Amino acid sequence: MPRRDQYPRTAAFSAARQRHTLLVHGATKIRIDEPRFHLGDATFRHVTRAAAFGVLVILGTVIAALIQGSLPALRTFGFGFLTTDRWNPVTEKFGALAPIYGTLVTSIIAMLIAVPVGLMIAFFLTELCPQWLRRPIGIAIELLAGIPSIIYGIWGLFVFAPVLQDTLQPFLINTLGNVPMIAPLFAGPPYGIGILTAGLILTIMVLPFVTAISRDVFEAVPAVLKEAAYGVGCTTWEVVRYVVLPYTRVGVIGGVMLGLGRALGETMAVTFVIGNAHRILASLLAPGTTISASIANEFTEAVGDLYTSSLIALGLILFVITFIVLAAARYLLRRIELRIG
Amino acid sequence: MSARYAARRRNNAVALALSLCATAFGLGWLVLILFSLLWHGLSGLSLSVFTQMTPPPGASGGLLNPIVGSLILTVLAVGIGTPIGILAGTYMAEYGRYDPLTSIVRFINDILLSAPSIVVGLFIYEVMVAPMGHFSGLAGGVALAVIVIPVVVRTTEDMLTLVPNALREAATSIGLPRSMSIIRIGYRAARAGMVTGVLLAVARISGETAPLLFTSLNNQFWSTNLNAPMASLPVIIFQFALSPYKDWQSLAWTGALIITLAVLVLSITARSLVASGKQS
Repeated sequence: MPRRDQYPRTAAFSAARQRHTLLVHGATKIRIDEPRFHLGDATFRHVTRAAAFGVLVILGTVIAALIQGSLPALRTFGFGFLTTDRWNPVTEKFGALAPIYGTLVTSIIAMLIAVPVGLMIAFFLTELCPQWLRRPIGIAIELLAGIPSIIYGIWGLFVFAPVLQDTLQPFLINTLGNVPMIAPLFAGPPYGIGILTAGLILTIMVLPFVTAISRDVFEAVPAVLKEAAYGVGCTTWEVVRYVVLPYTRVGVIGGVMLGLGRALGETMAVTFVIGNAHRILASLLAPGTTISASIANEFTEAVGDLYTSSLIALGLILFVITFIVLAAARYLLRRIELRIG
Repeated sequence: MSARYAARRRNNAVALALSLCATAFGLGWLVLILFSLLWHGLSGLSLSVFTQMTPPPGASGGLLNPIVGSLILTVLAVGIGTPIGILAGTYMAEYGRYDPLTSIVRFINDILLSAPSIVVGLFIYEVMVAPMGHFSGLAGGVALAVIVIPVVVRTTEDMLTLVPNALREAATSIGLPRSMSIIRIGYRAARAGMVTGVLLAVARISGETAPLLFTSLNNQFWSTNLNAPMASLPVIIFQFALSPYKDWQSLAWTGALIITLAVLVLSITARSLVASGKQS
């Protein structure tokens, strides 16, 4: 029997239900087998409930499988796995510091550029753009978000990296490379590929996410607030700076975290252009590696249980980091949804 | 005009100009990427790409086996992922709208939606490839299904939630059991949106590479055996683009062009479905 509480429990409803049942049983032409329907109804309900549980089961098994796979490495290296940057498949000594460093630095570069640019595009789309142009630009931004990461990878390797090698990187070496304090960041020859290139590719990839979410939360600002600000003589920029941004702060931060989650876990685009070197160098122009790039590059070639297990442990670290970032993002976005909705 | 007023006007002009530049900057990448794809990929695009196998280095050939492999993996992933996703979304929108389970599942689902796909690859490696002892197309399909499920759950729930309650009440009033009213009325009303969700999921997985690297691996030869390694377009692009051979690199560009066109067509179709659904 299905639970009754899913139906409205009013007197009128029970009466109607009773009447209906009588009518059904009384009529010979309409043959509805009530018990069978109850069974089918209950089955359907339980199947959907099981599927919803399935989503939780997937998450649970992902975590369990990663922990189980990384146990040998974590047992062998202990906490030191997180704090050393040695990565030597021959002597089977592994540490995750270099990939973690690369993941964080490339993502920081991406967010430093993508957040201001994305906010400015959202500002343009909501306040300046003529109505007829909003939809096409919005669609174009979303198409940019839909392009698979391997396309960014092949484009980055063959088109973007050579251009950077000839233009931006020599420029940075000749200008910022001579400024005291930050000179080490731009030391060394322009390789084309490296941490900076990976960061810039990630910028292009997370830009649409930051833009789309900022635009959505900007659009949710009540018109009355903006009109009031315009009414007291604010310029367009002042309305955005002092009314729209403070009002949407939580949502914007959520969007930024969502973009950060993407940047941290992005694999293929980074794998093409990072250079896959397990070293921590001060220079942003030098090749490096990220967690996802190490896994993608080395997993199929990894021989020995410890090597494989170390790579799975890297995956576990990545999953934990992105889980925290994404959970925070969803929490913030849910909060603003509740306020608007 | 006071100096302060002039400064405010100047700041405003600067901000407007910057936002214009930012938009041009953002859209510029789309143009640049599409242009280089056409530039490098179009020259290699010919009928033989669709009729011949991947060549050894230095010979000419096509992309038939990875294209077929990608299609098989996609069908497999959609076949496994869509029913689970639709059922879970149905529970969340219809039966358990106020159930605490629903908000937990929604939260977890949103996280799975943007979880790193390479982790999915590692997961399937651990639970399928390692126990079975070999890479297989089946494992690749399941890995992609794990990516399909959250997308379908999300759109199904959203679309069913939009179905007006009056429809459900009308269905109940003529004596339809709950399951029938969902299947016959709810699904029908939400059909365009649910199809859009599946299309978006297909667009999402058609370029996914990371989950396939160590599940379905790769295959230089014709194979439709689900129990053996299977070629797929993204993995072939990865392998060929990083190879030193010019022929292979050119094929990689052509493959990249095919994937991008497929994804763009899918997203635009999905978008127009939603648009037409809104008008009617």
